[in-house]
Amino acid sequence: MSDEPSNDGQRFDRLPETAEEREVPGRATREEVLDWWNERFEIPPETFDEYTFWEKGAGKVWVLRGDTANPISVEGLGMTFLRTRQEHWKPTTNAVQRFGREATKNVVELGAEEATTFAAGEDQELDWEGDWGYLIAAHDVAGEREPIGVGLFLYGELRSTVPKGRRENLDALSE
Amino acid sequence: MNPLQRYLPLVDDEEAFLEACDRPLPYSVRVNTIKTTVDRATEALDDEGVGYEQTDWNPEILRLTEGKAGTTWPYFHGWLHGQEEVSALPAIALDPQPGETVWDTCAAPGSKSTQLSALMDDEGFVVANDNSLGRLSALRHNAERLGVTNVAVTNKDARNFSLKPFDFDQFDRTLVDAPCSCEGTCRKNPDALEKWTMDHVHSVVGIQKGIIRRAIQATRPGGTVVYSTCTFAPEENEAIVNHALETEDCEVVEFDTPLETSPGITEWEDEEYHPSVEKTHRVYPHQNDTGGFFCAKLRVGGVAESEEGEA
Ligand SMILES: C[S@@+](CC[C@H](N)C(=O)[O-])C[C@H]1O[C@@H](n2cnc3c(N)ncnc32)[C@H](O)[C@@H]1O
Repeated sequence: MSDEPSNDGQRFDRLPETAEEREVPGRATREEVLDWWNERFEIPPETFDEYTFWEKGAGKVWVLRGDTANPISVEGLGMTFLRTRQEHWKPTTNAVQRFGREATKNVVELGAEEATTFAAGEDQELDWEGDWGYLIAAHDVAGEREPIGVGLFLYGELRSTVPKGRRENLDALSE
Repeated sequence: MNPLQRYLPLVDDEEAFLEACDRPLPYSVRVNTIKTTVDRATEALDDEGVGYEQTDWNPEILRLTEGKAGTTWPYFHGWLHGQEEVSALPAIALDPQPGETVWDTCAAPGSKSTQLSALMDDEGFVVANDNSLGRLSALRHNAERLGVTNVAVTNKDARNFSLKPFDFDQFDRTLVDAPCSCEGTCRKNPDALEKWTMDHVHSVVGIQKGIIRRAIQATRPGGTVVYSTCTFAPEENEAIVNHALETEDCEVVEFDTPLETSPGITEWEDEEYHPSVEKTHRVYPHQNDTGGFFCAKLRVGGVAESEEGEA
């Protein structure tokens, strides 16, 4: 075994603030995470002022309200938030439902039928002039826009990434 | 043996009690205020034609009168959580405040843990513990769907729970929603009555005693411990509180419940309990058309830090 700090799948490590403080190669920094949400969805970094970010298992970033001992060996810490350490970072469905309301960019507003298709985990054709890649899929419910989950937009198609355990066959809301 | 017969001497109206135990339980949901408001959640239910009535004691608990909530948009968005009305009591009795450190000793599948987080505005720190890994995965799923971010999940035996992993050495408040013989849930699963044995009661009593003692030890002086079960058995309720009073530094405190309840009992078979256990609450199914329940609130002995210097 080498002495180089490495990622431990059994415990949570707080993300370093910046690249200068990074000890574990490949680990995302807090700054990069904030920049990513800001650049991708225009979710302002202040949104996360009260939160800390943690990695358990390479690339799996969790968000915790407040802070705690670092490192910490527990089964779960806050909620799963973001998948890093791959070319395109991917937010989780639950993170987008929790924080995605603040987004003003790369949010695709789905109609009633489209929203239903999306929640069932099915892919669909979509007219979308914006960026390719991961989008926040949202719809109108009870008078306001509400994020449903994460869609992957490629070649005119919106792929639903709603995980199996979260998919539902819902009724289309009347518009 | 049908265990309900044992409790007839305790209830005011035997017939109403037995009859209520026989009826299916009304289905209810709690609005998750971490992700939405009561107004938006009810508007979304209206849009889907699901009928509900607000309970008169808590606007966040809705009794469904028509249709189901599980496959609706507000549920998908994590605005609702299926939770029995009476099971909302312990978290309300514990009364956690935003910013506090709270331990849920027996937390899976997370109905009360997630309610604690919501009562704390998702601020502070909730340690949701359970010794069953399988049940913890249901808790994780629920907490994520409900958007809870102030929780740490642990998989330990609560009887010898260690605070070593954390950067604090005591909790402000602790909930013990203990494993029990569960006859109180007979309206939901009649199985609970058929499987009931006195042997099981005796075996679970040892676990309950161990957990309540550890809960008191891990909570700061002046802090609060709430003990709850869904059984009518005094062996698992008043007797456990009595055991805590005899072995740890704590006292039973009164609390208001918005539901109709009966006071804890001080005598059962050959046993006598400390008179203060009368301040605990028993809930029988016929009183509010809910499941059966027991809930006790304890104050941990010693001087709270905030009280020091005031004397
Ligand atoms: C009544 S259930 C808890 C329900 C939960 N509080 C909720 O509201 O969703 C009791 C739980 O205690 C757990 N349990 C049993 N023995 C335990 C122990 N020694 N330490 C920790 N948890 C235990 C069981 O796995 C079970 O999930």
